[in-house]
Amino acid sequence: MTAEKQDLNKFRAEVSAWMKANKPADPGFLLPQTFMEVGSEEVLEFLRDWQRKVYDAGYIGLTWPKEYGGKGLPEEYQLAADEAMAHERVPIMLNVIGLGWAGPLVLKSGTDEEKQKYLKRILTAEDIWCQGFSEPDHGSDLGNAQTSAVKDGDDYVINGTKIWTTFGNYSKYMILLARTNPNTERKYDGLSFFLAPMDVPGVTAVPIQKITGEYGFTETFFDNARIPASCLMGEEGQGWRVAMQTLQFERSAEGGQATHYNFTPVTMGDLLQATENTTRDGQPLLKDPIVRDNLVKFLIEEKSLRLSATRAEIPALCQDYPFSLALSGKLRATEYFRRMRQYAISLQGGKGSLYVGDEGAIEGGFWQRAYFNNFSATIGGGTSQIQSNIIGQHVLGLPKS
Amino acid sequence: MTREMNYALSFDDEQAMIMKSAREFCKGKSSIQDVRELLGSDTGYDKKVWKAMVELGWPGIAIPESFGGIGLGIGSLVPLAESMGRYMLATPFFSATLAAQALLRGGTQSQKEEWLPQIADGLIATVALLDSEDWGADTINCTAVDAGDTLKLSGTKWLVGDAGVAELFVVSVKYQDKPSLVLVNAGQFPKSAIQRHTLIDETKRAFKVDFSGVEVEKSRLLDPALSESTIRDLMLIGALLTAAEATGTAAASLDNTVEYLKSRKQFNKLIGSYQALKHPTVDILNEMEAARSHLYHAATIMGDGPLSDDMEIACRMAKAQATEALLFAGDRDVQFHGGMGFTYECDAQLHIRRAQWSQQQFGDAYHHRKRLASLFFD
Repeated sequence: MTAEKQDLNKFRAEVSAWMKANKPADPGFLLPQTFMEVGSEEVLEFLRDWQRKVYDAGYIGLTWPKEYGGKGLPEEYQLAADEAMAHERVPIMLNVIGLGWAGPLVLKSGTDEEKQKYLKRILTAEDIWCQGFSEPDHGSDLGNAQTSAVKDGDDYVINGTKIWTTFGNYSKYMILLARTNPNTERKYDGLSFFLAPMDVPGVTAVPIQKITGEYGFTETFFDNARIPASCLMGEEGQGWRVAMQTLQFERSAEGGQATHYNFTPVTMGDLLQATENTTRDGQPLLKDPIVRDNLVKFLIEEKSLRLSATRAEIPALCQDYPFSLALSGKLRATEYFRRMRQYAISLQGGKGSLYVGDEGAIEGGFWQRAYFNNFSATIGGGTSQIQSNIIGQHVLGLPKS
Repeated sequence: MTREMNYALSFDDEQAMIMKSAREFCKGKSSIQDVRELLGSDTGYDKKVWKAMVELGWPGIAIPESFGGIGLGIGSLVPLAESMGRYMLATPFFSATLAAQALLRGGTQSQKEEWLPQIADGLIATVALLDSEDWGADTINCTAVDAGDTLKLSGTKWLVGDAGVAELFVVSVKYQDKPSLVLVNAGQFPKSAIQRHTLIDETKRAFKVDFSGVEVEKSRLLDPALSESTIRDLMLIGALLTAAEATGTAAASLDNTVEYLKSRKQFNKLIGSYQALKHPTVDILNEMEAARSHLYHAATIMGDGPLSDDMEIACRMAKAQATEALLFAGDRDVQFHGGMGFTYECDAQLHIRRAQWSQQQFGDAYHHRKRLASLFFD
């Protein structure tokens, strides 16, 4: 074993030990499994405190430079810390859009002033960030965004509506994609990218109640909201390029995230544990041959996801269709989890009809909520149907639909 | 579930070389015209191609060097089998490889010394393991009884691969109430004892073999202490090789479908632009890729010793995933070719027929999932 590997293993063990010792007690409300479920002040403040505590302990932002609050360590250290957090099942890191998308973007493309101003407060969760890309009329067609930004003296005046804004009502800043020129030949060339303050007059974030019942998203209205012209990132017309760069971070196609720990993993092991004491026809669930067969199918699929992630890094094992695994990962994983969570509820018998808030619900209604929530993954970031189009066209070379 | 899943998957330069040369060889020796020409032939394979394969050392690739092989282990068989499936190249390779594994795992030292170098040199051997349609049967109907200094066999085996050309048979029998393996030479029974099956997959050759009345020396018994575990391991290795071959054919079937979707027009549009065809085709790709990941994982962890639980899981998962993927690919291959797909001329028939063959060899997907359930839940 190399010295670096030894150090890394030692570090991972250290983080695990710290997490074990400092894992917060059950707060008495259902903690979010993903960052898209933060729908109340109490959940927000609980997670804000937790992120701060983890930052102070030195386990997020490890790759970011020291002068901006980081530790200047190689990526492997952050991955090791993230692994340890996932392994210990601690609450997730709250400020995902700052830590994972906006932060790395500022770090890569921002000015020194921007870095000084934003980065450390992302790590401490003092400033929560949100993202304003999607619009009510333009879900999958991001390049067609119509929210306008009109230069007026030292300001831009913003008008329009963004939707599915996670943390819209709690955020200090938004990474905003808006149209500075409605008359370009290509729709993409009229877009610009802003690091926009949310605490200016004319910005209203209205919580959206989701199928889960909580309020993790907002619809965000801009009504002649004035933001300083200095908020423009890059130049006018470069918005699409910057947005695509942001998506690279969002999809973890490029490193530099202050953490990847933004959801609690849910595995077959958890499902089996959750239904350990469940019976069917008076017998333990795991005596039923059809249940057993279905569970094995999920085990085979879950294993293939992990194996494929490893294989994607070995080009010699990705012949015929070199981009197949990279482009299908999101589709495969999110659809797997949707079906697996749906099945988890079906295994609960009468308890499957209980929901968050009922004291008899298995694990507080975790699986019911997890299933509903999973639609954010099969829909967001390009629906499964769009993903299939992309794979069909770019991997198999099929004609456009 | 307390069992920790093994996710090992790695690849070295030597394996990369094997994979590359396997693909090139199979592609060069087995065009679709070659495959079709062999459909009606007696042996089902081209002797010149088998000879070339022997010259490359493939029959001995997983046989240790001490027995005249190359000693690269079972993992190296996976890319070979996958490439053969990819180009539907038929030879007695699978039969000979399984017979070699039987000897290697369950034979006595002198049996290994006698036979393994010959198999590495191209002797055609095969295994006779199946007594009925039931791959999951836990009893063996064929028997061996003592007759003085010799053993007298009785019973018929099904689906014995390449029995028409095999010179050596490894036969599972019940002897002294225990599962055993015994070696039989082709010359020890009349030709009439061998009856060729009419198979759904016309690229394959398999036979019903009646071993009744065959007498062999007792020295022809494989090591009795190892026979039970050897039979179990052979079933798993057979499943893995079938999975590898099926995954290759799933890729061939996918290509066949994609080519048609990119060239066929209806209503003035390429039919591949219709999502009703495009999306299931993407699903086929994804299922085939999942099968590949399971395969290469199995190839990574397999070894020459008795198979561990992790290896058993890997073989069973690979078989379940691969044959389901090929069933899906072959079925849609026919359907998406429309009227052409219904003809013998369309290559989709080769794929759908192979799919039916592969799913049944060494146990179907449910057979393997059932056993996986026991490993995980009991």
